[in-house]
Amino acid sequence: MTDTTRSRSSVTMTVNGTEQQLDIDNRVTLLDALREHLKLTGTKKGCDHGQCGACTVMVNGRRVNSCLSLAVMHQGDEVTTVEGLGSPEDLHPMQAAFIEHDGYQCGYCTPGQICSAKSVLEEIRAGIPSHVTRDLANVVMNDDELRERMSGNICRCGAYANILAAMKQVAEETA
Amino acid sequence: MKSFSYERVATAAEAASALGRTKGAKIIAGGTNLLDLMKLGIEAPDHLVDVNGLGLDKIEETAEGGLRIGTLVRNTDMAADARIRADYPLLTRAVLAGASGQLRNKATTGGNLLQRTRCPYFYDTAMPCNKRKPGSGCAALSGASRQLAVIGGSEACIATYPGDMAVAMRALDAAVETVRADGTTRSIPLDQFYHLPGTSPDVENDLAADELITHVTLPAPVGGEQTYTKIRDRASYAFALVSVAVIRHSDGSGRVAFGGMAPKPWRAEEADAAMAKGAEAVTEIAFAGANPTEDNAFKLPLAQRALAKILHGKGE
Repeated sequence: MTDTTRSRSSVTMTVNGTEQQLDIDNRVTLLDALREHLKLTGTKKGCDHGQCGACTVMVNGRRVNSCLSLAVMHQGDEVTTVEGLGSPEDLHPMQAAFIEHDGYQCGYCTPGQICSAKSVLEEIRAGIPSHVTRDLANVVMNDDELRERMSGNICRCGAYANILAAMKQVAEETA
Repeated sequence: MKSFSYERVATAAEAASALGRTKGAKIIAGGTNLLDLMKLGIEAPDHLVDVNGLGLDKIEETAEGGLRIGTLVRNTDMAADARIRADYPLLTRAVLAGASGQLRNKATTGGNLLQRTRCPYFYDTAMPCNKRKPGSGCAALSGASRQLAVIGGSEACIATYPGDMAVAMRALDAAVETVRADGTTRSIPLDQFYHLPGTSPDVENDLAADELITHVTLPAPVGGEQTYTKIRDRASYAFALVSVAVIRHSDGSGRVAFGGMAPKPWRAEEADAAMAKGAEAVTEIAFAGANPTEDNAFKLPLAQRALAKILHGKGE
C-alpha cells in the first residue's frame, strides 16, 4: 500500500563527483538541497519559479532549473553545479571567458549564466535545433542561436552583450 | 507549500493504481509546471507519484507509418528527433517556440499537454477563479483580459490553453493514449481530450481520476509546407498572444490550428476547407461566434493577418 504518512524521503545522488545521501522533507527543491543541505551556495535562488535561470545546474549532463525540481526526484542522478565546473585556481574556460569579457556586473545570475552558456555550446554541437534555427537539418553556431538559447537566463545588470562575447570566444577556442 | 507524501513507481499500471487508491494524489514527471503551482498554493496534492522511472521515453514507429511518442519524452528530445524534424517539422517548430532550454530539457510530452493556464487570475490566489476554486467566480471577465480567450470560453471562465506543442499536435491529428487502474487503455483524439470550460472550468480534459497518459500518437506524415508562427510580447520565452500552426499543400489545401485564442488548441475542420480562398475566409469560419472582450478583440485581426502572411508567402 502507498504510505501517505511520510513527508520525508531518502535520496542518493552524485553532486560534483561526490556521492551524497540525504534524508529530506519531500518539499525540498534540488536548489535548496544544494544550497541549504550541501552548502553549495554557488547556485543562486532568483525567482524560484523557473523564470530567471539563476538556479541553472546540470543534471546527467543537461541544464535544468534546480528550483523547479524536487530533490527526492534525483535518486541516482549526477548533478554538476558551478562549483563542479572549475575553481579559482583552475577555471573552466567559460568561467575564464566571463571574467575576461566582464560577463557580469553584480554577479548574482553568473553561476546560472555560466552553467547555461556551457550547455548551450554543447546543445548546438549535438545538433539540437532552436526557435531561430533556419534549417532544422543543419544547426549552426551563430549569434542569433546563442542569444535565443540564453533566453531562460535573465541578467538585471544587462551584461548580455559581454556574456555573448564570452560564449563566442569559448565556442571559437573549442571549435 | 503543503506537506505531501511521495513514491516512485516503475510501471504505468502501478502509477494508475496509485492514482486510483490515493486521495489527493497527482502524477509528477518533469514537474516544471506542477511544482511552480504548488509553491503558489494553486495545486496542493497530498501525494505525488513520480513516474520518471516508467521507461516511457522512446519514440517508436507505428504499423500505420506514424510515430508513437512516450509520455516521458522530454521536449528537447522530441524537437530534436530526426524523424520529427524531417516528417513533422511543425511539431519541432512548436516545441522550440515554447519555454526555455532549461525547461524543455525537463518538461515531458504528457506534462506539456496537461499544463495549466497562465490566466493571471488563476495565478492570483487572492482573486476569485472558477478553475482554481469552483464556484468562486471569474475575475477575468471584468478584469485584464488581454491574454485571454476570444472563443470557446464561458460565463464561468475565459482562460486560454497556454501551450504550443498541443497546437501543432491538433493540426497533425494526434491522439492521446492512456491507461487506467483496472488496466483498460484507450486512444483519445486530441480535440476530444481537451474540454471547453462550460460551467465546470476546473475539468480541463477527458482523463478520469485514475487515468494516466502513456503515449501520444501521430498518424503517418502528411507532408506539405509546415510552419508555426508565434506572436508574443517578447522574441523568446513568452506565452503566445496568438499562434498559428499551418500545413499547406501545393494545391492550396491544408490545415490550420490556432493557439492563444481559446481554452484549447483551436481548429475547425470546416475552416481548413476554405484555405485555398485565403486567410479571411479561414478565420471567418474558425472564429464564427467569437466573443472577445474589449482588451483582447485585437487577437481576431492579429490571427487573420498572421495566417495571411503565411498563405501569401510573405515570409515569417
